[in-house]
Amino acid sequence: MRHILRRRELVTDDWRYAGEDGADEAANAALVVPFADFRTHIAKWRAYPGRLGVRLSPADAVEDLAEDIQRLSLVAAEFPTPGEGRGYSQGRLLRSRLQFKGELRAVGAAVKQDLLFILSRCGFDSFELAPGQKVEAALAALERYSVAYQPAEPVPSIRQQRYRAAG
Amino acid sequence: MYQYDQLDQAFVDQRVSEFRDQTRRFLAGELSEDEFKGLRLRNGLYIQRHAPMLRIAIPYGLLASRQLRKLAEITRRYDRSFGHFTTRQNLQLNWPKLEEVPDILEHLASVQMHAIQTSGNCIRNVTADHLAGIAEDEIDDPRPYCEIIRQWANLHPEFTYLPRKFKIAVTGSPADRAASEVHDVGLHLRRDAQGNIGFQVLVGGGLGRAPMIGQVIREFLPLPDLLSYLDAILRVYNRNGRRDNIHKARIKILVKAMGIARFRDQVETEWQAARDAGPVLEAAQVERVRSFFQPPAYETLQNIDTCAGREPEFQAWYRYNTRPHRVPGYRAAFVCLKAHGQNPGDMSSGQMEAVAALADRVSFGLIRVTHNQNLLLGDVRQSDLYAVWKELRGLGLAMPNIGTLTDMIACPGLDFCSLANAGTLNVAKQIQAQFDDLDYLYDLGDIEIKMSGCMNACGHHHVGHIGILGVDKHGEEWYQITLGGSVNGFTALGEVIGPSVPQAEVASTIERIVEVYRAEREDGERFIETFRRVGVKPFKERAYAAHSKAA
Repeated sequence: MRHILRRRELVTDDWRYAGEDGADEAANAALVVPFADFRTHIAKWRAYPGRLGVRLSPADAVEDLAEDIQRLSLVAAEFPTPGEGRGYSQGRLLRSRLQFKGELRAVGAAVKQDLLFILSRCGFDSFELAPGQKVEAALAALERYSVAYQPAEPVPSIRQQRYRAAG
Repeated sequence: MYQYDQLDQAFVDQRVSEFRDQTRRFLAGELSEDEFKGLRLRNGLYIQRHAPMLRIAIPYGLLASRQLRKLAEITRRYDRSFGHFTTRQNLQLNWPKLEEVPDILEHLASVQMHAIQTSGNCIRNVTADHLAGIAEDEIDDPRPYCEIIRQWANLHPEFTYLPRKFKIAVTGSPADRAASEVHDVGLHLRRDAQGNIGFQVLVGGGLGRAPMIGQVIREFLPLPDLLSYLDAILRVYNRNGRRDNIHKARIKILVKAMGIARFRDQVETEWQAARDAGPVLEAAQVERVRSFFQPPAYETLQNIDTCAGREPEFQAWYRYNTRPHRVPGYRAAFVCLKAHGQNPGDMSSGQMEAVAALADRVSFGLIRVTHNQNLLLGDVRQSDLYAVWKELRGLGLAMPNIGTLTDMIACPGLDFCSLANAGTLNVAKQIQAQFDDLDYLYDLGDIEIKMSGCMNACGHHHVGHIGILGVDKHGEEWYQITLGGSVNGFTALGEVIGPSVPQAEVASTIERIVEVYRAEREDGERFIETFRRVGVKPFKERAYAAHSKAA
């Protein structure tokens, strides 16, 4: 059973990825489908009665989800290696431009404690931790910084804090 | 200069504690080499030929005396009592111990310094003109904008894992003493018709394997839009830059592949879409940062004739190693790190301490690092110059060769760097020995030699009037020579003059090249001007003359 660190709590995943056990379309399972599949069979997925999520590869253009963003409850972005940084832009765009309010999940072998702080600041609120990652360490990493320079959740930017201090 | 408040301090302190934990986990085997690599690089730590190398950020090259004193303490305690200043105004330690690096970073944080993002594929230390705030030709002081960019770039959540490194330089003068046109982004301060501050923005410059000159992406970017526009450039780059080939991953390759017009359109589209949500630089924020860069308490003085009745050695130093200042009665004085027999850019701990003390006495406690690998005391009373010269001479820091052929740029090369193909320090010593006659150097005038030990071009060889590139030929160190490169407001890339030469022949080849200049020059013409007039041909023909005779 897959566990997810979602909004700072370890939960059993209530989603199924396309192709895995329990990913049962007929039973209207909560299903995460690859972006390409979603785009190719858009009519089918628009009519899908169950909860629906999309999994992005790093090269996928999130703008193409704009029309359907209200329909999606989850978007997952891939971080296969530490150097693959396109998912950070996908996260920022989903939250700021597409106004995506659902679960934004980071998946892949690089989802480890040292990246969680910047991931969370790009809008990711859910992490499928790489194998061997300790939850306590991951939670601590999310709290590593009390300050940050750029305006992004969840830490208010230093600039905002300065203004607040100045009244 | 900028002073951290408790928020800035908390950020660097938390960064140190994070890296201490990461280092501990690496040493305990909990992090693999590869995992640790991305983390240590973003804290300035390379693994080099002999030992780790730590690159300390000196944002826009500005140091307070207490910071330079701290660097002296660190180099003495954790290294071999010297450091190496780089073309990006940073300081490199060549012999730190990995397990002591967190302690070094803690020392740095105690004087409001860090090594954040001095390596790795992220936004690097932002650099500026070393005459910022004092140059007569300045439109505005670039340092407040550099500081704003420094803060914006530090642990930027979206742009910490870019396709490749990303360097920004800001210049406040048309003369461009920051080599901004060979940076990923170059910002040139401008004023519009109403006197509002903004920037001409260049993108896609860079040296390395495929050298390119930056192209104008925007003629005038109003100051409030600075960060949102940089965000837009970085986002287009982060999403579209190549990640499949490290040699094709810089933004210059993307700009070239798309063409500047298409790249500009994409950035514009991204910027317009993000502008409302993006960071606007409020006037109050700018004013806050600007307030840290107010001119020091200058006295009301007259310009004086400093040289009258002084010995010729002082007069030579005054002519070559000092620069005009916008305030009457003051001048800027170089602390020369190019003494013959020395590695260019190297400085001992003792010299650092002495210069820190000198800066306290004569230059408001501030020291600047230049991209040519020297230091500069920016605000010296003209009446103090003679005493400053005597003191610098006693420290071995008054070689009167700034702007001459031996004021050369050199990376550390094969002696230290694991990327290098060839040594640079030996070659520098040979050139210093070959051109040890000051009268000859002065006759040759303004010639910039820039030398790199490999294609990565840390020594900026492409933009040297004379560029020297170390290459590996079947295990031997050879050197390719280029001519005609330049920065400083007229950026050009050098042309290769012919086959590379062995190490022992570099200095003599350069002598033949400058002899061509001496034969061809017209009245008052500098080397680069003669080169531009006569072209590469006479140099090509005569640089190898000795060979053809021998053959």
